[in-house]
Amino acid sequence: MLVLPGGFSYGDALGAGVRQALDLRVFFHDELREFIEAGKPVLGICNGFQTLVKAGFLPGSTDNGARHNDEPQSMEQRQVTLTQNSRGRFECRWIHLAVEHGAKASCLAHLEGPVFCPVAHGEGNFQVSSDEALKRLEKEGLVAFRYVDEHGLPARGRYPINPNGSVADIAGICNRAGNVIGLMPHPEDHIDPIQSPLGGRKGLGLSVFQAMMGLAFA
Amino acid sequence: MNIFRIEVTNHSGEDEPRITAAAHRLGIDSLQSCNKTQLYFLTSNSSESPSSDQVERLCALLLVDPVTESARVTPLPHTRSDDISSQIASTSADHIIEVALRPGVTDVAARVLERGAAELGILSLEAATATQYRLTGDLSEEELHRVARGLLCNDTIERYSLGAVEPVFGHSSDALNIVDRVPLASLSEEALLECSRKRMLSLDAEEMREIQSFYDELGRDPTDVELETLAQTWSEHCVHKTFKSIIAFTRQDSRNQALPVEEITGLLQTYIQAATEKVNRPWVRSAFVDDAGIIEFDDNFDLAFKVETHNHPSALEPFGGANTGIGGVVRDIIAVSARPIACTDVLCFGPQDISPDELPAGILHPARVREGVVAGIGDYGNKLGLPTVNGAVIYDEGYLGNPLVFCGAVGLLPKGSHPTKPKQGDRIVVLGGRTGRDGIHGATFSSAELTQATHTESGSAVQIGDPITEKGLIELVEAARDKRLYNAITDCGAGGLSSAVGEMGEELGAEIELQDVPLKYPGLTPWEIWLSEAQERMVLAVPPSNLPLLQELADLWDVEMRDLGQFSGDGWLRVRYGGLAVAELPMSFLHGGLPIPRRTAQYSEQTVDWSTAPFTGRDLPSRKAKEILLRMLSHPSVASKEGIVRTYDHEVRGGTLVRPFVGPHMNGPADAAVLKPLGTWGHQRAFTLSAGINPLLGKRDCYAMAVSAVDEAFRNAVSVGADPDTVALLDNFCWGNPTIPDRLGALVRACQGCYDAAVSYNAPFISGKDSLYNEFEGQPIPGTLLISAVGIVPDMRRICTSDLKQSGNLIYLLGETREEFGGSLLSHLFEWEGGEPPAMPNEPLDRYRALHAAMRSGLIQSCHDLSEGGLAVALAEMCIGGRLGAAVDISAVSGGDFTHPVVPLFAESNGRLLMEVARRDVKVFEESFTDLPIAPLGTVTQTGNLEVMENGQRLFALSLEEIATSWQGAEFE
Repeated sequence: MLVLPGGFSYGDALGAGVRQALDLRVFFHDELREFIEAGKPVLGICNGFQTLVKAGFLPGSTDNGARHNDEPQSMEQRQVTLTQNSRGRFECRWIHLAVEHGAKASCLAHLEGPVFCPVAHGEGNFQVSSDEALKRLEKEGLVAFRYVDEHGLPARGRYPINPNGSVADIAGICNRAGNVIGLMPHPEDHIDPIQSPLGGRKGLGLSVFQAMMGLAFA
Repeated sequence: MNIFRIEVTNHSGEDEPRITAAAHRLGIDSLQSCNKTQLYFLTSNSSESPSSDQVERLCALLLVDPVTESARVTPLPHTRSDDISSQIASTSADHIIEVALRPGVTDVAARVLERGAAELGILSLEAATATQYRLTGDLSEEELHRVARGLLCNDTIERYSLGAVEPVFGHSSDALNIVDRVPLASLSEEALLECSRKRMLSLDAEEMREIQSFYDELGRDPTDVELETLAQTWSEHCVHKTFKSIIAFTRQDSRNQALPVEEITGLLQTYIQAATEKVNRPWVRSAFVDDAGIIEFDDNFDLAFKVETHNHPSALEPFGGANTGIGGVVRDIIAVSARPIACTDVLCFGPQDISPDELPAGILHPARVREGVVAGIGDYGNKLGLPTVNGAVIYDEGYLGNPLVFCGAVGLLPKGSHPTKPKQGDRIVVLGGRTGRDGIHGATFSSAELTQATHTESGSAVQIGDPITEKGLIELVEAARDKRLYNAITDCGAGGLSSAVGEMGEELGAEIELQDVPLKYPGLTPWEIWLSEAQERMVLAVPPSNLPLLQELADLWDVEMRDLGQFSGDGWLRVRYGGLAVAELPMSFLHGGLPIPRRTAQYSEQTVDWSTAPFTGRDLPSRKAKEILLRMLSHPSVASKEGIVRTYDHEVRGGTLVRPFVGPHMNGPADAAVLKPLGTWGHQRAFTLSAGINPLLGKRDCYAMAVSAVDEAFRNAVSVGADPDTVALLDNFCWGNPTIPDRLGALVRACQGCYDAAVSYNAPFISGKDSLYNEFEGQPIPGTLLISAVGIVPDMRRICTSDLKQSGNLIYLLGETREEFGGSLLSHLFEWEGGEPPAMPNEPLDRYRALHAAMRSGLIQSCHDLSEGGLAVALAEMCIGGRLGAAVDISAVSGGDFTHPVVPLFAESNGRLLMEVARRDVKVFEESFTDLPIAPLGTVTQTGNLEVMENGQRLFALSLEEIATSWQGAEFE
């Protein structure tokens, strides 16, 4: 399993994850493609998610044609992005996260109830180039996580349940094979119940890792 | 050479409503909208220009987001601004203002772009960035300049142009190896002082004379390098001469009786260090010796804690000042070989609503200061991956010209892993960022007062941080520590290399070659290289045989490393430039030559004067009581800081167990942070971080301020679960000009309060810092003492938060309430200057130990300390956090027969906490507080009201909605 963790790679100086995405393309493109095509699990969290999106690995190409690793065209065709939060600033808060029913990331299907964990980002606003692009994502089952309220009901754009203005409350997406998953929130900050600000044992982020480890050993 | 200008525009327009609103506040109503565009300028430093293909690739891969942005590329044959202006005219805006960094200021985005281009094989690219603001509305040229200066551009680090800005690439000028001799011989005292003033040395007449006679004996004049080195090393900032000075202290009590004159041989020694020695706690690992205080955490690890201030830089350039404040204090933690794991920040600003017309000339509006400081702290801490977990924000007119920015950092280090002794022959190695003309004279500048002209004169004292470079240092030093590659380490802070090398080589002596220092750009003179306070640099003493291994690690973490010289063993500081001696000084004079200053201090206690009290008789009408409480809750210093605090990551590293916000809605105030360090999850220990600060009280009585700040930091720690026998303290004094006797007198009283409190609480000071000369145009800030505390939580499963948990539970008050309103929030709201200041509680440790024992037994459901606004505010905050009501009777409050109901409600006596107890536990709970002042006040209710009774009669009731709305106030925008 490959986890691309959070953190401000290169200080996000040219936009979140952009500069690290170039590294992925220049130095690791072939290795990463091979890994993904072998069906091994890849998880991008926060800056790791931004990097995978900006490098074009999420949601990934529709065709399986080979691409040259720094071909500008493939970047220009990118239809999804993570941009500046709608409120214009970095924000840290705990949120609830529901796994999308019918997502291609089927390993997530048996997660029980919403995941409860923090977001901490300034550029987590998921946006698409057009309504059609959004429809395609949803129809193809590429939406993996959405922001929901404490009862698991859709945020419908309401702040702060949807903390950053993401279109259709999208918090995370996956590729068509379902083995590459990216999300803005930080499931790694809720591994032990004692980390939860609300107490109780519900919503452990650990479950996301457990689900993906299942893929690794599949 | 061709230059490409690239304008990257967001499709959504990237409207900047905050700028428009701020312009309206400046009285420029005609501004309708403001949009922002990012500008990049690309050229080449070789003979070959970048091709348009290459530019297109850079746009596609690095500069333009295809979903949200589009770019316009314009080749510029020459930077003829007329041409560009006409091109700009084609956009839909009425006016264009473009803002770029001044030459020499670090342009992080440009550097990242250049290195990215290199990765794509575009090798000699040079980049510069700028921001374009497109304004609509009918603005006069004068108004455009006001918008630019007031809102868009900070003259200290930026320049602007109405229309197209001309790019400046890098910073080129010829190499300079000029070393001046400064003739001091036979100068009169006046001429010596003139020389000190002109060169910004901040040395006084006696110090200048001492230097003069030293060089008389040598029979030569000092070089500028030597003089500057002495000025830095002897600066208030580096050597804390006020805290070491001999003080003749006269004091008059509140009846105007003169007390006998005291002679104090150093405040630090007499009060602060003396308290640590007296308390003599075995778990203190290092106090006042290293760059941070160190205490024991568990069997394997120690904790390091340090708090610094960055006030003057933040006054001039709030973002950069606060940014590098965090950077600096994090390096103090690296400098004790610890891994930084958390940050704290305490901020003091002027009132946010002051009209721009009332603002004295030469200062930034406090709203702009706050915006920049908050963004600067978040930017650095967040990018370093450190949680910012505790702090305070205080607003007072006294901080208008001189805001205070306290930055703290905590680190974890394996026991015994911090080496502190350089050996003869060790190499002097500098790691990290390059050296530029940034931050020159920072140490001496912070040892002088601010004036209107400081903005224009001291631009070079301000620096911009680069947290990603610092992140590399954290990783590299940790790896080098574990491989034991160095014998000593320090950071390049105030005074730059001169201080770092000078201090490290104090016993051995050091030889250094300045030409080997990696520079950002050529053109620095030797003394500038030697003094530059460029950020993100560490200096290490490395045995020559370890250099190759260290170099390997440096390459791995992409950190620049340079060998500058060696610790020689002859006791001299020898600085060379290109082999020529530019400074030769015995370390004994550098470190021992400073004459111990003598100062006079004077203090008159203020009278209590009850006759002017704003409340009389016995009556407190319900309406009045409600109104006072709501005003207190909405007072900016009390109200929720959520708008600020949420812009800091307080969760990263996964160890934040009590975060700044608590309760089911996660928006109630926490008393302190509880952290569990990564790598220590094998046991139940954790630690607390808390703070105590009260400048209102300082205006009334500095002794009481110190005692109360210690109590506040201490009780906050205990209230979340710290063992009161494991709390260590840090003192940070921010004061005015200490050469003026009344300022120094107040400082003496504060230090005396620190001693008395630390001894009573059995809590050692482990580190501290003073920032003096905080004055603007002769007006001092209110003397401000921040006490920070770190305490050990023995069992993280028994931590406590302030939100009420369950209706039906009982609410108890711990501690006696006295008629103490001196410096209270109530007195402030009623502009009353009298009143008794809060005293030290009786036997404070006994109650805190009992509370902790009850907590360990699981008897306390929630716990909240009483501070500004007393009981009423604390109760309201517990209701807000828990989304529950409370019904209490204030006649139960212990402490005596109160003359007026405002006393139990709003008095600010120390040593008090509210505790929530389940009914089943009442008996055991009460037994565990035998002989201690506890009083049952009432119960937690489901009514959603805060109901306050007196002798069974309802005094007032407020709904949760009302108190929450007042406390949460307007969203921070």
